[in-house]
Amino acid sequence: MLRIEQLSLALPYYPRFWRRRFATHLDQLSFSVTAGSVHAVVGASGAGKSLLAHAIMGLLPKDAQLSGSCFFKQTLLDEPRKRALRGRELALIPQSLSALDPLARSQHQVNWAARRAGLPPSPARQAASQALAHYQLDERARRAYPHELSGGMARRVLTAMAHVAQASLVIADEPTIGLDPAQRSRVLDALAALALQGKAVMLITHDLRHALSIADRVTVMREGRCVESADASAFQGTGQMLESAYARALWQALPDNAFNVDTEYAEESRFA
Amino acid sequence: MNATQPRLRALACSGFVALLLLALLSGQWWLGDLPGRMQFDARLAPPGVDHWLGTDALGRELWARTLAGLGLSFQVGFLAALLGSAIALGLALLATLSPRLDALVRLLIDTLLSVPHLILLLLIAFALGGGLQAVVIAVATTHWPGLARVLRAELFQLRTAPYIDISRALGKSRGFILLHHFLPHALPHCLVGALLLFPHAILHEAALTFLGVGLSPSQPAIGILLADAMRYLSGGYWWLGVFPGLGLLLMVLSIERIAHGLRRAL
Amino acid sequence: MALDVRLALATLRRLLRLGLILLCVASVSFGLMMASPVDPVDAYLGPLVAQVSPEQRELIASRWGFDDPAPVQFGRWLQQLASGNLGVSHVYNQPVGEVISQRFTRSIALLGSAWLLSLLLGFTLGVVAGAKERSALDKLISAYAYLTASTPTFWLALLGVLLFSVYLGWAPACCAGPVGVPSQDIHLATRLHHLVLPVATLTLLGTASITLHTRARMVALMRSDIARHAFAQGARRADIAWRHGVRHASLPALTLALASLGELFGGSILIEQVFAYPGLGQATVEAGLRSDVPLLLGIALFTTLFVSIGNTLADSLYHMVDPRMRRPSKPRQTTP
Repeated sequence: MLRIEQLSLALPYYPRFWRRRFATHLDQLSFSVTAGSVHAVVGASGAGKSLLAHAIMGLLPKDAQLSGSCFFKQTLLDEPRKRALRGRELALIPQSLSALDPLARSQHQVNWAARRAGLPPSPARQAASQALAHYQLDERARRAYPHELSGGMARRVLTAMAHVAQASLVIADEPTIGLDPAQRSRVLDALAALALQGKAVMLITHDLRHALSIADRVTVMREGRCVESADASAFQGTGQMLESAYARALWQALPDNAFNVDTEYAEESRFA
Repeated sequence: MNATQPRLRALACSGFVALLLLALLSGQWWLGDLPGRMQFDARLAPPGVDHWLGTDALGRELWARTLAGLGLSFQVGFLAALLGSAIALGLALLATLSPRLDALVRLLIDTLLSVPHLILLLLIAFALGGGLQAVVIAVATTHWPGLARVLRAELFQLRTAPYIDISRALGKSRGFILLHHFLPHALPHCLVGALLLFPHAILHEAALTFLGVGLSPSQPAIGILLADAMRYLSGGYWWLGVFPGLGLLLMVLSIERIAHGLRRAL
Repeated sequence: MALDVRLALATLRRLLRLGLILLCVASVSFGLMMASPVDPVDAYLGPLVAQVSPEQRELIASRWGFDDPAPVQFGRWLQQLASGNLGVSHVYNQPVGEVISQRFTRSIALLGSAWLLSLLLGFTLGVVAGAKERSALDKLISAYAYLTASTPTFWLALLGVLLFSVYLGWAPACCAGPVGVPSQDIHLATRLHHLVLPVATLTLLGTASITLHTRARMVALMRSDIARHAFAQGARRADIAWRHGVRHASLPALTLALASLGELFGGSILIEQVFAYPGLGQATVEAGLRSDVPLLLGIALFTTLFVSIGNTLADSLYHMVDPRMRRPSKPRQTTP
């Protein structure tokens, strides 16, 4: 569904007030996401996971320098095509709840998402209502403003907005952050269900354990580089099936495992 | 001026604007008595080679009068902005001392802010009888409340900062904290605030003078020049009205640009 | 219910504060009048000053209490004020209240239309400019706004007269109607014709701050998570500006417009002076130039009331309209 080849990204920064330099945030990233599966991208904060999502969606600032190529359904995904497919074929569930407009009711926001995906007014209303129902958002939640929603409900509104257009690639950026275990598994189950419908789901998270509960494949990122792409089944035992030391360290540092912290990566894996 | 260095370009722009401003104001040192010198054979002459911006009804060179007027405006604006920000800083610092003083300062700010600026200016200029001093005081008095409000909010936010608590716990006096912590923190804000006050002060001085309650008519202030121009407007002597105002606009615009640049840099 | 009580209490507090501020303004302006070097007897006499002997001056001073200490005079003035009597204007030979109400009814057409137009124009320009930062349109609109923000009001009015009245002859240069025609005989179209130029000037100047403020809001919104999310849904800029931008920027623009009534009034003083429009602004200048103390005080109080009501409305608006403020944040329900 989605194939990424040698993707690199540099963003400008100002070391002095007047001097502009570029810093590399993604470095020669390659992996692919197949239809009907959940592909987890795992890494510590600052590894460039959100930037990767924005790069695929074409949401980077104008002065970003992007190189390498993405292919979506075997066709090159360049900027004009990203713009054309956003909301229709590519959907993003954003990381922050501040992505919801605080001044609009949730049903309006889902409705807008449907309209933006190109649906005419009345089918859009229908699709929105279906999506809301699908994520068990009742009448009160539909009429609520974002500040009146609980964290889990707001997440479900965001998921409904991504779901409403029936996009074939769904990128979920840290969808479980700040949720209690019950809400978390609900959100993860919803993502797994999307994959069962034949969509490609890219799950971006810092939490390997939650990712493994639904993922089919896992890509481990570190400082903008792809450390390892492996099947989820490779994460077992002592991690002997994993190729890179970093991925193994990440796996072993989980509480269910040995809690074994390799000194070399101790600092990072504690946050990962 | 490399297009890939947007901030460098902004810096260069501010420098250019500052140079322009200096050129406008440099007249003070070499104009001499030119702004007041009458030429009886060249009354109301249109702009041309001999009289760059034309002359007024008494045959005085408009360009010289405009430059002199800009210098005067700058002087009033500078003094008023300085005085205004000093009052603002003083009262904002005073407000941090006790809740009762704070309530008083806030009432004063609210009172002054709820009278339209120009009315208050008129009242103060009326009370002080006009003239340069009166205008400076009037403009300073009407313009400090806005800045004081910002500074007060800034200082109150600072008051809860941990290092202030530590200083207090170490037994430092309120005066010490005021002088060593609050004042250095407030000064940069005050500077930028003063710069932002500047254009407003200049515009209000010109307005007050235009209405006839500001600087005395014997001075070549921009407001006076434009009030004169009003009288000759129907005769088609357009240069009398256009150039002094244009000069004022340029000066205010350049100060505004510099203030904005500085605020972004700080 | 609890909300209503809270709202009522807040309103009451605001009204009390308003009263306090009015009292302060009254005492400050009265103090300024007292401090003035203009002799109150001269001010009272106006042009008749040359016809009065020193004995008669004494008589006037004792009749009106000009020799009493300032606090006594202030007390007397407050007492009069409480009974609705603002004194008599010697410039217009009318009670101050009448002068103000007459003049204000003429000014309100100018002020109201300029206020509304600058709000609408400024808001539209701000939304358009901020929707695409650094586009050609944004640069144009920003340049216009910065330029007009630095333009002296009276100079723009003067240029307007020069261009449209003197050279093109499209609009009258003076007054609220033809000279010498009683005001009740003036046709509505004529009145409007006389209003066009002053309103246009005042509008152009009031637009700048609202444009810049709205633009700043829009730029912030276009960089926010909300806009990025909307882009991710496939929205175009115009869509985001319309659905999100207008929602986010309209309340601040309205608030700013309400809070800057003072500046609007200041602008109208200058513009009425240039166009010789017989409104409240011109009366203010007359009162200041000819030392009409009661009128000056009356106008100061009246405009303060006018501006304060604007400020109070601006303050309360957020609480009434913004959904985040309108309902107190309900306790978040966990699992539905």
